[in-house]
Amino acid sequence: MDFNDTPEEAAFRDEARSWLEANSKLKDPDDPGEDLLGERSSPEVIQAAQGWQKQKADAGWACITWPKEYGGREATAIQSVIWGQEEGKFQTPPNVFGIGLGMCGPTILTHGTEEQKQRWIPELLSGEKIWCQLFSEPAAGSDLAGLRTTAVKDGDDWVVNGQKIWTTGAHFCEWGILVVRTDANVAKHAGLSYFVVDMQAPGVEIRPIVQINGGKGFNEVFFTDVRIPDANRLSEVGNGWAVAITTLMNERASIGGGGAGGGVSDLLEMAEETELEGRPAIEDSAVREKIADLYTRSRGVQYTGYRTLTALSRGTTPGPESSLGKLVGGALAQDMAAFGIELAGVTGATLDDGITPNDSLWQEMYLSIPGLRIAGGTDEVLRNIIAERVLGLPPETRADKGIAFKDIPTAPAN
Amino acid sequence: MNFDFSEDQKLLQKTARDFLAEHSPLTVCREILESDQPYSQALFKATAEMGFQGTVIPEEYGGAGFGHLELAVVAEELGRAVAPVPFSSSVYLATEAILLAGSDEQKQQYLPKLASGEAVGTLAVVEKPGQNGTEGIEAAFKDGKLSGTKLPVPDGDVADFAIVAAGAKDGLALVIVDLDADGVKREAVGSFDPSRSLAQIEFTDAPASLLGDVGAAEAILDKVFDRAAVLIGFEQLGGAERAFEITKEFMQGRYAFGRPIASFQALKHRLADLWCEIQLTRSNCYYGAWALSNDDDELGIAACISRIAACKAYDLAGVEMIQLHGGVGYTWEYDCHLFYRRAKFLSVVIGSPASWKHKLVSRLQAQNAA
Repeated sequence: MDFNDTPEEAAFRDEARSWLEANSKLKDPDDPGEDLLGERSSPEVIQAAQGWQKQKADAGWACITWPKEYGGREATAIQSVIWGQEEGKFQTPPNVFGIGLGMCGPTILTHGTEEQKQRWIPELLSGEKIWCQLFSEPAAGSDLAGLRTTAVKDGDDWVVNGQKIWTTGAHFCEWGILVVRTDANVAKHAGLSYFVVDMQAPGVEIRPIVQINGGKGFNEVFFTDVRIPDANRLSEVGNGWAVAITTLMNERASIGGGGAGGGVSDLLEMAEETELEGRPAIEDSAVREKIADLYTRSRGVQYTGYRTLTALSRGTTPGPESSLGKLVGGALAQDMAAFGIELAGVTGATLDDGITPNDSLWQEMYLSIPGLRIAGGTDEVLRNIIAERVLGLPPETRADKGIAFKDIPTAPAN
Repeated sequence: MNFDFSEDQKLLQKTARDFLAEHSPLTVCREILESDQPYSQALFKATAEMGFQGTVIPEEYGGAGFGHLELAVVAEELGRAVAPVPFSSSVYLATEAILLAGSDEQKQQYLPKLASGEAVGTLAVVEKPGQNGTEGIEAAFKDGKLSGTKLPVPDGDVADFAIVAAGAKDGLALVIVDLDADGVKREAVGSFDPSRSLAQIEFTDAPASLLGDVGAAEAILDKVFDRAAVLIGFEQLGGAERAFEITKEFMQGRYAFGRPIASFQALKHRLADLWCEIQLTRSNCYYGAWALSNDDDELGIAACISRIAACKAYDLAGVEMIQLHGGVGYTWEYDCHLFYRRAKFLSVVIGSPASWKHKLVSRLQAQNAA
């Protein structure tokens, strides 16, 4: 049992690090890091992000697990992790390609025709085009298959009407992957199709949504008679759900990297520096026990990640324990943020640069984390997935199974 | 990254599991729980014949000469079986203390008998309610004699010898006492988990010999408790997982409102949450095992997180097992309370979770200061 790279992994890591050292600088250890759900759409940021992506692409360090013919290097999963670990240590522009490279690209590589792959993959990989994902709708989040945006065939085009929501980055993306309903007369999963949409097409209207932390990372996207060429359809008409599953599997495949903001060591430091009942908070029993609990849980999540890395290093599929990172991590981060706010006593209520301890880290974290517990699979859906797919427990009776989509209830009957 | 046990260690685990499935089904735990027998002598003998007691004892003393990774997987299986034997006292406490601090003579005297199962050892530290460690010890060692009362001592009623923490002129000392000698009066005390025994031992000028140097007792005990925390952590992990499996199976077969209760989302979510706690515990215990087997400086912290996570997971498993079984979970006849009792017993036997949380924070502070 050890934490070392294999000789091959170590060699790969050296190669990655050498290139990064030559092309960037190590991060400042006190750097708080990215604001996870915040806004990153300023033109300067996007330009910088695209510049870095192109630099990587030109050197063969972009999308390293993708096929060589499209610019990847067919790296293994563990190599991808190693690259991510090394890149994370260096100063780089914020990542605006998470969705495009993490979800859109893999979906096209799996379901696209050769012509479609040639058309879209190279410019995705190089960062020349930025992509978004148009799945969720006001009436279809956890119940994604209940989506209502329609596409109707008209000549060689499909005409799309409807609305998507929570579309991260729509306001600066050129392309989007889109799931729509093409048949309302069959069961909900069976009537879906999958397209690639030009975000600048006539009829596409993007409106920002403001988050509770003031960020505007995501949007509503309205489609009014938007025409999409049939050549932009991925897979068969009516097979959209299967393609969407590929996308969602890739969404969940990313291994939890790093903490969402502050860590327990920051809380420990804060407890040493603030007072509770007239003496350092760190001397208080309740504070000590809380810190111990948070520390233990954080380590548990970290070491569970190590078990996943072990499987990847061996070239085997990670076990079911890989499912728990987001579920445990989200609530844990929220708990830590709440505790950090309360350690400051009444001052915890401030959110002011010169006054709030820890540069308002806990306050901002507390405002950002609720999104993580909902996006990419809510805590509740993740529990369902663990219960049904990992533990094999029987599914809930579903009220919309086997019914034509058009007959499914969507509101109280009046 | 190779954060896993080796194929050989996994094979040992399978061997232990199969062996205990045959020799320590839950009926054996129940038999001890319900009877006056303090433990299953047949089982203790059988595990010794398998070499379990001697797992980390060097071959020159009759042990198997393996490391702590091997002992960890054996511990997990013993925990899964809720085995009613004084294994943790004899192996994780007494054997470890002698390996750590014993003179060559003491090792020669005790280790072979511990390995063969001929002797049962234990550790006696606390004396009154509320105590978790060496604070407030009143027992005293002077001129080769030990006086004072220890309560409760795990397996103190059946052990042949005990390693006792007592005050000496220049500090705290650890001494070895033959429990069948003069000056030792012991009686079993009622145990919350009758499948594991506890005793009160009164020493009146009982002959005793030093283990390690006077004043070194705290450091030795810290180390012994750290090792025990990881190993007992594996027992708790095994027990929690078994409790979880039994509960899941029950829920899949139990019908209410026309379908298995395992299909109700509220209950599914509780099982998912319990599963998460068990996985987190497994991960923390693996880290504990790594630190233990490498005798790494990280052991102090690794032991704490192993124990804190394991106590939480096994306690939760015990509580949820009863609750999710409904009415029958509350009956003597069903096995739920075997796990419920064992979980709580293990949660306190080497110091409560609260005491380990304080220890963890102190160690984190020390690490920061370094």
